[in-house]
Amino acid sequence: MSSNTQPITGPIPAAVEEDVLKRPRTSLFQDTIRRLLRNKVATVSGLYILLIALAAILAPLITPYPYDETDYSNVLGKPNAEHIFGADELGRDVFSRLIFGSRVSLGVAFVGSLTAMLIGVLYGAVAGYLGGWIDDLMMRFVDLMYGFPVLLFVILVMLIIPPNSPPGLIMVGVFVSLGVVSWLGVSRLVRGQFLSLRQKEFVEAARATGATPWRIIWRHLLPNSLGPVIVWLTLQIPNLILTESTLSFIGLGVQEPLSSWGKMLSDGWRSMRSAPHMAVFPALAIMITMLAFNFFGDGLRDALDPTMRGRD
Amino acid sequence: MATFIANRLIRSVVVLFLVSVVTFTFIQLAPGGPFSADNSMRPRPPEIEAKLMAQYGLDRPPVEQYLRYMGNLLLKGELGPSLRQKDYTVNQLMFSRDFWANPMQTPVMISATLGLIAFVLAVGTGIPLGVVSALYRNKLPDHIAMFISTLGISIPNFVLGLLMILVFALTLGWLPVYGWGDSWKQMVMPVITLGTGGMALIARLTRASMLEVLGQDYVRTARSKGLSERVVMSRHALKNSLIPVVTVLGPLLAAWLTGTFLVELVFAVPGIGRFFVSAVTDRDYTLIMATILFYSVTLVLSNLAVDVLYGYLDPRIRFD
Repeated sequence: MSSNTQPITGPIPAAVEEDVLKRPRTSLFQDTIRRLLRNKVATVSGLYILLIALAAILAPLITPYPYDETDYSNVLGKPNAEHIFGADELGRDVFSRLIFGSRVSLGVAFVGSLTAMLIGVLYGAVAGYLGGWIDDLMMRFVDLMYGFPVLLFVILVMLIIPPNSPPGLIMVGVFVSLGVVSWLGVSRLVRGQFLSLRQKEFVEAARATGATPWRIIWRHLLPNSLGPVIVWLTLQIPNLILTESTLSFIGLGVQEPLSSWGKMLSDGWRSMRSAPHMAVFPALAIMITMLAFNFFGDGLRDALDPTMRGRD
Repeated sequence: MATFIANRLIRSVVVLFLVSVVTFTFIQLAPGGPFSADNSMRPRPPEIEAKLMAQYGLDRPPVEQYLRYMGNLLLKGELGPSLRQKDYTVNQLMFSRDFWANPMQTPVMISATLGLIAFVLAVGTGIPLGVVSALYRNKLPDHIAMFISTLGISIPNFVLGLLMILVFALTLGWLPVYGWGDSWKQMVMPVITLGTGGMALIARLTRASMLEVLGQDYVRTARSKGLSERVVMSRHALKNSLIPVVTVLGPLLAAWLTGTFLVELVFAVPGIGRFFVSAVTDRDYTLIMATILFYSVTLVLSNLAVDVLYGYLDPRIRFD
């Protein structure tokens, strides 16, 4: 920074100093962060996401009870000093189960989205970089997959898993099937970006200087198409939270004694007349978390490209 | 237009054929069968299982099974016997034993009624919400409309359903908790629960596409011709901005008409949504085929309707 300012002699006007000199050079990344922080809803959402991710990681340290500890004197107990969110039909602490449940709900969402992102980016990158008939073929395959309704596909994948397999395997099935169905969107996104970027001069310049295709993809095309991908990621996570809780709600997700938000909601639904708190807290958890991710994703998109506000 | 529709129809038949083959293959690959032991029954001796499989012709080569199934379906309209619900054919499960006795109370029609009302609600509120949002871009109405639609997208429908039951049925007592067909009051919560997500999606899409269109040259041309703002909006802007919206309406309508498992589950609506899940968990092969084919046919028809609408909205598409 200072090298730029050296030729200037004499006193610098305060306004210039304020405007030009004190303001550091901003990269796209810094610019994005600055715009993001100006958006209060997105900032609060981001903080909430951080908080809840932290809570999920530190679950055993911050929960007052283990997720499977039963307290038979408090079966279906309303929220009280001992159990701030009440207790469930086996006297387990709803608050603790909620925090432990976030591990499954958020874990599936994060791992599923990241897997989908990797597959999608790779697929889209290859299609977009190569173009031509390979691109055509690859995109027809994506179209074909799009024709399949997501939940139906998940159910079909679950069909392959034996009915009496251990919960772990079923969870893996959930992970895999969610990953398999959700990479389609991002592959289209990346492919579109690549198709337009590879016509740009800087790519031509790179090619002229003898850069390998791999280097062009990795150093030039990918970084430039990362913005929309990150936005996609933050908007994909709530989708997967929803799908996981749906599966758990209908009994295809995690099994006892583990908890996830969808599973807790389905337990709560069964005791809704006698213990509404069992349904209310997981419902709120799902709702607020999905809202936070959606607001944060929207905010991030606007921050990356302010002219695009609200255009999908 | 006729060749356009005929083209689409031929393509649809190919898609349906592929779907039936894929589904059938998945069924063959799935471990466990309709008569093998699961948690809900005592273990069955293998000889008996084999006998049962033979009785339903499930011991035949897959290709033969497939051809026989498709033959019965196409020639006689029969979906076969349910393998798990004894004494019922799949037709009877989906259309009830006597469809014409009370057509509106058959599972298929109950799901379709619920889906159609929710669809009309979602389109009827979503599009105006999106238009208002786009016209007042970055002003208060836009912020309010977008907040509502983000909320609508963020609340899973079963969560919304449960919360509504808690508030309107259990606490306030205004609406019945569950059921279908006895009173219009039973329809209120399922319809709103189902429609909200679609409304939010449609509102966001309409807004985005409207903003795109409002920046186009032909809108400026229309304005500079001296047309009134109302005409520019309705004839030029809205009509063109509906194309991406219409695209999502096809799959949405198909999904809703064929029963929505969660909403029907939460409100105990006796539609066909439940079959989509029970068929898979029960390994009820004939019911799996029936649900997926029924859904696919509806999807293909809705997409056909969408294509025709495209042709109306954008004449260029017709001559492709």
